Amino acid sequence: MSSIVFVLVALTAFAWAGKGFLRVWNNVHLGKKETIDGDRSARWNNVLLVALGQKKMFKNWIPAVLHLFIYVAFVITQVELLEIFVDGIFGTHRFFAPMLGGFYTFAISFIEILSVLAFVATIAFLMRRNVLNVPRFQKPELKGFPARDANTILLLEITLIVGIFCMNGADKVLQTRGVEHFHPTGAFAVSAWLGPTLFGSLGDNALMFIERFGWWLHILTVFGFLVYLPYSKHLHILLAFPNTWYARLKPKGQMENMPEIQKEVRIMMGLEQPEAGASSDLPEFGANDVFSLSWKNILDAYSCTECGRCTAACPANLTGKKLSPRKVMMDVRDRAEEVGAALAASKENKADYQDGKSLFDRITPEELHACTTCNACVEACPVLINPLDIILQMRRHEILTQSAGPAEWLPMFNAIENAGAAWAMSTERDAWKEG
Amino acid sequence: MTLAKTIAEYQSEGRSPEILFWVGCAGSFDTRAQRITRTLCEILNHAGVEFAILGSEERCTGDPARRAGNEFLFQMTAAMNIETLNMYGVQKIVTACPHCFNVLKNEYTALGGNYEVVHHTQLLNELFASGKLKIKEGGSFKGQRITYHDSCYLGRANDVYEAPRALLEALDVDLVEMKRSRKNGLCCGAGGAQMWKEDEPGNKRINIERTEEALDTNPTAVAANCPFCITMLQDGLKAKEKNEQIPVFDLSEMILNNLV
Repeated sequence: MSSIVFVLVALTAFAWAGKGFLRVWNNVHLGKKETIDGDRSARWNNVLLVALGQKKMFKNWIPAVLHLFIYVAFVITQVELLEIFVDGIFGTHRFFAPMLGGFYTFAISFIEILSVLAFVATIAFLMRRNVLNVPRFQKPELKGFPARDANTILLLEITLIVGIFCMNGADKVLQTRGVEHFHPTGAFAVSAWLGPTLFGSLGDNALMFIERFGWWLHILTVFGFLVYLPYSKHLHILLAFPNTWYARLKPKGQMENMPEIQKEVRIMMGLEQPEAGASSDLPEFGANDVFSLSWKNILDAYSCTECGRCTAACPANLTGKKLSPRKVMMDVRDRAEEVGAALAASKENKADYQDGKSLFDRITPEELHACTTCNACVEACPVLINPLDIILQMRRHEILTQSAGPAEWLPMFNAIENAGAAWAMSTERDAWKEG
Repeated sequence: MTLAKTIAEYQSEGRSPEILFWVGCAGSFDTRAQRITRTLCEILNHAGVEFAILGSEERCTGDPARRAGNEFLFQMTAAMNIETLNMYGVQKIVTACPHCFNVLKNEYTALGGNYEVVHHTQLLNELFASGKLKIKEGGSFKGQRITYHDSCYLGRANDVYEAPRALLEALDVDLVEMKRSRKNGLCCGAGGAQMWKEDEPGNKRINIERTEEALDTNPTAVAANCPFCITMLQDGLKAKEKNEQIPVFDLSEMILNNLV
């Protein structure tokens, strides 16, 4: 009976989660096609060191170590999850225990110790977000859902850990009482002590209930987590890997070239002949919506876990300007969600999509104009997201397509165009020789 | 002897220079940066490097236009520069401006301009290594408490952190790093075409924030590698009424008077 319930719940959770992940996949592909290739060994290096090894987190030791506890506990617990699945499907109890013997005790003990460390880290993270005023968690873009999202994930993590210890603790007491079905598994590092302390005075039936309660609490939370993941900033646990793999390998200072404008200018200057039959109307330049960004920009947006290290490093944000690189990433993601949902509802083709809105409804010129292109945000991101690339594409749209932008830039543009210098000067370019 | 010959003059003599010195707009027109331009010429002459400038044939690389979003203008000015550089068969370029350095090195390649580009702090290191330049024992900066500001376009944009520091080491200064340095260095506030506009509304100017960090190290001088950073830091020090006591130097200026 419980096997059937388990299998049904599992299948429902997988189907539901799958729908969520498919939505993210589709939304990422609202962006323009871009082939990203290059040195594979450098890419593997990024995946192994930055995503798996969390190299960039260690710029800041305290959160890095706390984060590592949760991360390692999460990864290692998958081993126990495997057993929960086997037990769930076949109605067994601790399927691997008899065949693994002492190693089983060691493995579960290891998971338990990591779970305790993860518990401590989770409490610390809740404190950092809700009690200690860590500035990057107090920014306006985190108000509302993003703040709730972060706390939800942390509370789910605590629930997972509570589930594990209810299950193992009650099991331990039942084992020492020699209750049938609860075969000895050796003393687990934490529950050997925690079990008797918490549950030692309870009767067998209550213990069996707690053991099952813990088991179901854990697995149901896992399923809930899985279904929630594609709606949460927590998606970074998966997307960190593709995102670091596809991260650009060029020097950070190098802006993307625009070959279409290069060609146009060369034709204008007589350096190149126009192709016969080429259309003379110019397309829109730069980006004002998810359709004109690259799919990688949108993958960046979905990989963002809103940690705010970019914003904390941003010179504009540090000095009170409206620009926040994290908000730029969140805006792109939220716009992709908005467009994706509307397209899914209307079954329209993305090429025909129009809702009278764009990224400029979310990201204002004031924010774009505050950027010094210093790359501090790019450097700060632990999963190699590039907010600057989006800012620059939107600046291009503003100047090239909307013919807008700060009026103060016009004299500079005119000077470069007419005098070949960034300032209009009356002296010769080599007048410095006489100084 | 003239401070710097143009590449056209070299050509009329039937010779080609070892290296082209890309002066840049700041180095050409900004009074403070002009001093750095002359300093670098003097050092190169001292080292016996045969270098040329483009003179009136040099144009803005297009960095501020491109970062502002004006790709048309960037492509125009870039195409003209590349025509000129390729016409003269330029192979190696040195510049004292990290913005020019970045564009020449990373962005002209896609447009048909392939050159070996070095920042002057890198070239100076090469000249020390090859023995063409030598530092005096007990120079004027020996033991002085000096802080160094990483420019974004030399540092994060191109990962050049050590060449400028190696020069400070050669000068035997007591280098005190700011709270944010190297990869985590804080921008001076001028990049991304900010130099040509007022700050957006906020509660502080970026150069003031950076100046405060520099002052926290209690330095006798600030060393920098970019004409725009130097302007921003000097303005910051002026706002703090410290500009009389604490000068901002380009690294080349610290080198010049301490050469054997």
